[in-house]
Amino acid sequence: MAIFDDELKELREMVLKLGCMVENAIRDSVKALVDRESELAKEVIKRDHVINALDVKIDEECVRLIALRQPKARDLRLITTTMKITTDLERMGDMAVNIAERAIELNEEPQLKPFVNIPKMAEIAQVMVRDALDAFITGCSRLPYEVIKRDDEVDDLTVRNFEELLSLMLQDPKIIPLAIKRTYIAKYLERIADHATNIAEMIIYMCKGKMIRHTEISEEI
Amino acid sequence: MVNETIKAEVKNLNFYYGDMHALTNINLSVAEKKVTALIGPSGCGKTTYLRCFNRMHDLYPHNKYTGEIMLHPDNINIISPNVDPIEVRMRISMVFQKPNPFPKSIFENVAYGLRVRGTSNRSLLSETVEKSLRGAALWDEVRDRLDKPAFDLSGGQQQRLCIARALATEPEILLFDEPTSALDPIATSKIEDLISELKKEVTILIVTHNMQQAARIADYTAFMYLGELIEFGDTDTIFVNPHNKLTEEYITGRFG
Repeated sequence: MAIFDDELKELREMVLKLGCMVENAIRDSVKALVDRESELAKEVIKRDHVINALDVKIDEECVRLIALRQPKARDLRLITTTMKITTDLERMGDMAVNIAERAIELNEEPQLKPFVNIPKMAEIAQVMVRDALDAFITGCSRLPYEVIKRDDEVDDLTVRNFEELLSLMLQDPKIIPLAIKRTYIAKYLERIADHATNIAEMIIYMCKGKMIRHTEISEEI
Repeated sequence: MVNETIKAEVKNLNFYYGDMHALTNINLSVAEKKVTALIGPSGCGKTTYLRCFNRMHDLYPHNKYTGEIMLHPDNINIISPNVDPIEVRMRISMVFQKPNPFPKSIFENVAYGLRVRGTSNRSLLSETVEKSLRGAALWDEVRDRLDKPAFDLSGGQQQRLCIARALATEPEILLFDEPTSALDPIATSKIEDLISELKKEVTILIVTHNMQQAARIADYTAFMYLGELIEFGDTDTIFVNPHNKLTEEYITGRFG
């Protein structure tokens, strides 16, 4: 059993490593945009294959553990949760790449206006990812519920960002191509927050054995 | 256990081997035509519990039961001294860990229970032997050698013969005490398929040390420890999200 416990510990560490890499990708892609650092954006795009490779490695390890250890109860829930949340993390990495690509395009053009909503969204999204992963390690707590609640803040900022850009576009249609790219970026961040929410929901499953996805969790919160 | 018909209702069952209190206040209902698995570490009382159901403990002096095992629908307490153990064993049959055919022919092994009951009508015996062997998924393998010694059969076939022997008296409950622990994976798989088939007709209680086996075949699972029932629930819940810490530790292999 000690060997299996070590294997599970290594599995958790791999998930944390993947989480850190994704968190960095989100942070750097937004920094590349806000500080107009295209080199940093290219770096994010280049690093994505490491995230993909680790995602595959974790999945393979989960399949191996299921086949060889026939996990049950909390071990089973840990491994199935891991398989699902790494998919979410990998998708977040792809979103960071999309942000980096738009950053490179936008950095070639004069800046429309300083970024206000997007850095806020990025910050919340990063905290959501970090808290979700903390909950993954520390187990049952209020943390995953907090993550789920914060998703609304990101959704509100997405709407506000769109409305602001829309009024600018109405005033000056020439800026539409740039403004649309900015709405894309907000959408990517909004998707990142959704993936963090998925992770938090899976962690509640991991802890409690209860699926809360696609249900009202207001009574739980 | 919602919407289940209860076949046997165990109420405050205590069992003593002399001074040794082996089962403590067990309360557990057995659902009709379902498979209930009993799991737990060696010495936890699973087999002792199983053996109460066909009064095996009556064979030794100083053993004592208290409480009730009510058999439904007739609502009789099968551990009451007023109830004849032979009659109980006709209604509740048992299959053991190692195949234990009698040193007789295949036919006579299966016919044994009926002969004990006094049946000697050859055509009725033949009919029952065939039906039981078919029920135990053994008929096609032995139909042309029914007069051969049972010991000529392989281990897996011998175990199915024991199941056929148990079926011959048309029991209402079948008790299995680790029925596949002496068998290879192929023979094990046949017995597991057979158990899933048998539950259409019979209520099944099975003791197993093989967690995966309980997960594969049982509708309900009970975890026992030190003579007590620790947790009982539908098998999915026990294996995915057990509520008791001891159950969790046992089924994830972190016990003790």
